[in-house]
Amino acid sequence: MRPLTPNRIIGICAGLGALLLIEVVISLRMGDYPLAVRDIVATLYHGAAGRWDEIPSEFKLVVFGLRLPRIALGILVGAALSTAGAGFQALLRNPLADPYVLGVSSGAALGAMLSLIVAPHMVGAIQFAAFAGAAATIAAVYFLGRRGGQLDSATLLLAGIVAASFLSAIIIFLLTMVTGTELRSMTFWLMGDLTAPPPTTNVIGWFGFLFLIFVVAAGAMYTTSSDLNLILTGEQEARHLGVNVNRVKMVVYVAASVLTGLAVSVSGAIGYIGLLVPHVMRMLFGTDYRLLIPTSAIGGAIVIVLADTLARTVVAPTQLPVGAMTALAGAPVFIYLMRRRMR
Amino acid sequence: MSPGAGNGASLAPQPIPFAAPAHVRLKVEQASYAYSATDRSAPKFTLGPVSFEAQQRELVAILGPNASGKSTLMKLLAGLLKPLSGRVEVDGMEVSELEPRARAQQVALVAQESELLFPLRVWEYVLQGRYPYGKRLRFESDEDCLMAGNALAQVGADGLRDRWMDQLSGGEKQRVILARALAQRPELLLLDEPTQHLDIGGKVELLRRLRRLADANRYTVVVVTHELNLAAEFSDRVALMHKGKCLRIGSPAEVYQREVLEEVFEAPLEVEIRPSGRPRVILSGNH
Repeated sequence: MRPLTPNRIIGICAGLGALLLIEVVISLRMGDYPLAVRDIVATLYHGAAGRWDEIPSEFKLVVFGLRLPRIALGILVGAALSTAGAGFQALLRNPLADPYVLGVSSGAALGAMLSLIVAPHMVGAIQFAAFAGAAATIAAVYFLGRRGGQLDSATLLLAGIVAASFLSAIIIFLLTMVTGTELRSMTFWLMGDLTAPPPTTNVIGWFGFLFLIFVVAAGAMYTTSSDLNLILTGEQEARHLGVNVNRVKMVVYVAASVLTGLAVSVSGAIGYIGLLVPHVMRMLFGTDYRLLIPTSAIGGAIVIVLADTLARTVVAPTQLPVGAMTALAGAPVFIYLMRRRMR
Repeated sequence: MSPGAGNGASLAPQPIPFAAPAHVRLKVEQASYAYSATDRSAPKFTLGPVSFEAQQRELVAILGPNASGKSTLMKLLAGLLKPLSGRVEVDGMEVSELEPRARAQQVALVAQESELLFPLRVWEYVLQGRYPYGKRLRFESDEDCLMAGNALAQVGADGLRDRWMDQLSGGEKQRVILARALAQRPELLLLDEPTQHLDIGGKVELLRRLRRLADANRYTVVVVTHELNLAAEFSDRVALMHKGKCLRIGSPAEVYQREVLEEVFEAPLEVEIRPSGRPRVILSGNH
């Protein structure tokens, strides 16, 4: 009997964090303008110390202007989607649940499209509209998904599927109405993409804001991780053991939805990450949510940075949307996991 | 002829004497409940009022046909439902008013089956029984591991601790589910149809084990079951439920009366008294 300890969580997360760091350095190296590891380390060091004068201008542009913001966005989006996926799988007691199953991404996509049509050049409009669309969907599905005044997993799932289907129909209708550049932007956005520039010149402030939302939502979900372990054995059993199931479901629903809304509003709907990463982490480290939530977050970041690095290098100078890359790799991985589970 | 035959037993609920013996663990006093489709509609099902008591080391069997109110009574005993009227007390405390974790330290309810979404090892499952002790986000202590190990040993499942839950047989799984309830260190142990998926050997073994646990740990054990003969063999008292009412409560010999059982279960039955003094129910030849 070897129960989970905080030290074990820290150890595993530190290992995954180191892997992510190595991957970030490799990703910074790769691209049309290759950089040596020594130059990357020196650039990052001087940047962190605020000695901007000592960084060659082309390094500054490539590292801080192009690649690092994209990697940072990828880390944030991957972590948010994987954490949300792990949360939805427990909330809905369904291993096939992903962050988009309740229609949050469709709501965000609709909001983003409306902003592309109504205010295509307004700075930050797309992110704001996407988050507003996600928030409206969260609220609508919450009210539709209640039974007897409480969140019911089956009703919630049905309400989410109906909402997603309805919103997708509106999106298709809109896609038929637009042409040219707008259509390409929308398609990229629907597929999921990390190339959107921050809506402000204060890049650090922007990422700080996004990171704060992530920490609050993921932290709220983490406080329920012991409860989620019990809910996975059955809601009724969890109640017998003293879990306030209704409170836990409410916290997880709001937290996972906010994480999904956060990710989708800055990158579009990147598929498979929220579905597959929690399953891979379960296979590697077990099903305990106290470990699964942080490992899924770091694992999601690792996978999306890898996918985006490939997306911008395999057919360079053409860049693929990262969502196309995750879908290409995700489908076979999903089949593998499914067959392994059946054995 | 069975002792219960021809004594004019009727289906009217009999008054239950309410003397307060020492060490009363569970006290159900005129507890009732009603299910309605909506807040304003007429009740679809009504239970009670039900009254009985159970002491330490007592094993009480709740019997009755389907839809007689057994599971509703069990939820009232577990504090998962608040009685519409009356009280359900465990060690003098109204169980439905306890904070969920405090309640789980007093009362453990063993479900019929555990449906795991993802694979779990036996020791992980049993450690969940320690959840009521500690903060919301918690890590298991050495004491928790000791308690979980003891619980596994008490149900004879020590050798299963590293096995996966979904690879256990029905009997093994039932023992592990029971071990998790024991890890809660409850005063009152409730089991809802625990013999449902077991063969006859497993059923006898489980009831024998519950009997031993009640004696050794001073538990009060309440079992909902359809097994009339096993209940007669192992329980101190039985409560016979019918159409939402507790018709009889007492020793098996007192409750097992042919006319009453035939009427309740709608089957031709005979009741024999064995040399041990405990009754046995057999299907009558006149069917």
